Amino acid sequence: MVTTSGPSSQSVGVVQTQYVELFSSADRLTLDCGASLGPVQVAYETYGTLNAERSNAILLCHALSGTAHAAGRHNPDDPKTTGWWDICVGPGKPFDTNRFFIVCSNNLGGCDGTTGPSSIDPTTERPFGLSFPMITIGDMARLQKALIAHLGITRLLAVAGGSMGGMIALQWALDFPDSLEAAIVIASTPRLSAQNIAFNAVARQAIMVDPYFNNGNYYDKERPRKGLALARMMAHITYLSEKGLHEKFGRRLQDRESFSFGFENDFAVESYLHHQGSTFVKKFDANTYLYITKAMDYFDPFPDPRSTAERLAKVTARILVMSFDTDWRFDTSRSKELVKILNWHAKRVTFEEFPSPHGHDAFLLYQPLYQQSLTSFLNRLYQECVGSTEAPAENIEGVDGIV
Amino acid sequence: MALSRLRIDQAVIAKLVDEKSRVLDLGCGDGLLLEYLFHHKQVQGFGVEISHAGVHACIARGLPVYHGDIDQGLSDHQDDSFDYVILSQTLQAVRRPEFVLREMLRVGKRGIVSFPNFGYWRIRAHLALRGQMPRTPLLPATWYDTPNTHLCTILDFQDLCKKMSIHILRQIPLAAEGSQPTGLLQSSLSKWLLPLSAANLLAPIAIFLLERGEP
Repeated sequence: MVTTSGPSSQSVGVVQTQYVELFSSADRLTLDCGASLGPVQVAYETYGTLNAERSNAILLCHALSGTAHAAGRHNPDDPKTTGWWDICVGPGKPFDTNRFFIVCSNNLGGCDGTTGPSSIDPTTERPFGLSFPMITIGDMARLQKALIAHLGITRLLAVAGGSMGGMIALQWALDFPDSLEAAIVIASTPRLSAQNIAFNAVARQAIMVDPYFNNGNYYDKERPRKGLALARMMAHITYLSEKGLHEKFGRRLQDRESFSFGFENDFAVESYLHHQGSTFVKKFDANTYLYITKAMDYFDPFPDPRSTAERLAKVTARILVMSFDTDWRFDTSRSKELVKILNWHAKRVTFEEFPSPHGHDAFLLYQPLYQQSLTSFLNRLYQECVGSTEAPAENIEGVDGIV
Repeated sequence: MALSRLRIDQAVIAKLVDEKSRVLDLGCGDGLLLEYLFHHKQVQGFGVEISHAGVHACIARGLPVYHGDIDQGLSDHQDDSFDYVILSQTLQAVRRPEFVLREMLRVGKRGIVSFPNFGYWRIRAHLALRGQMPRTPLLPATWYDTPNTHLCTILDFQDLCKKMSIHILRQIPLAAEGSQPTGLLQSSLSKWLLPLSAANLLAPIAIFLLERGEP
């Protein structure tokens, strides 16, 4: 089952997002900040089939701007409706839908169907806006746990995600140690550095100084599109590597032969960033951007040695940590920081760094070594925890040539 | 998996490791030794490996593995985290052997080191008679692209242990190199052991079981 010759072109096909209402005004979701929410709507998608033992389920956690739509297409004729992790999810892909039952939900605070600041506050019957309670990565995991219970699953085979999705996967291993076999943490970090927080702070400022921001009450008016676009443009730079960006655009000029000697978009990279910003604002809510970046800033599951030891004592999941060599949003040293914390407490950790020119975004793209290791890890997990009559995958390239 | 699939020095190392112990295998390659120890000696622990092919092979075998260099693979761990730290045919290729030895006996209660003995008569003969840097089945690389930057003899290694106050619990010079034919190894292992006095001349490989001594 090891992929060796390019990404599988097979797809889970046409999929639809589903919606479920969890909790209620009486039985509410309690948040880390002390507030509570109820009812909470969750948007989710599933791919593959849950087996009779309900032992083959994997939860995928999306990053800052992701959605519940991880794989397949909403519209079969429109490639733009392809899921965000289609490269890794589908028949014959690492998250092989022939074997696994895959669940992906929109995060709490999101703007793609799960309750967030753009949802209607049942007490005022108006959008929450900034009256939405502050949420954490822990709250996001807790809501996912309720969704998984609703689907009749008590123990997940794995929880996996990249970037912020990796933080949520790690949170699962810490908060629900008996509910998962493995956590897969890709291009992520155990905590945001001052520089990471600084980037988030500037992004939030860009939104909040937009004249249309109106303290978050903009849902029935003009939206703070310029601020959100600016936040996205800046963040987007941090998702790519300097080399990758330069190789793609260099110093090429956009639709012109010579400098304008003015402040128009002279360079192709400027035009590209504007495009990134303007497409992003069509699908994303500025308030969600504020809440989710703040949740990332607050994420710090290992604040001091004592609480770290206490939290990790209960962790039994095997943890796979993966990073990419040109990622500077959460570079390899951040993954190693996490690995060191886990190793120090003798947890069952595997770590691998992959070469890629694509920076932080590499976790969303095809890289044969990356997909091969992910596939092998998941196949092994399947063999050990689900049981299989198939022969174990033996066609590992180069095994006999190493020693 | 049979013992016979292991390299001869790995097979000897496997016999030195106690059941249910915690093991760190530095430079674990494709994880063959570690897999044997996991399945036949019920050990826990993991490997450190620099190559993607090796890391991937370990992942496919279900072994926890750290992709990176040995220095960091060691500094991640608390004192006495492991019962055994294994350095199988790797010490000669590390940048700072003395540092690695000290670190391995910090994180491990015991260390197991195997290395190609540069005092082996074939190597001496190669240099003496041909006047060129020795190349053997165990050390096939040319001098200009060899990863083995810190080659030593059994006597050299003993000297270093003495200098570092490392206690040598056992030393096992082997008369053979490479893999064994299936099934033969276990019964014939004793034949491969050499008298210590002649080891520095006759053994192509040596295995040392080490313990931190009093400084």
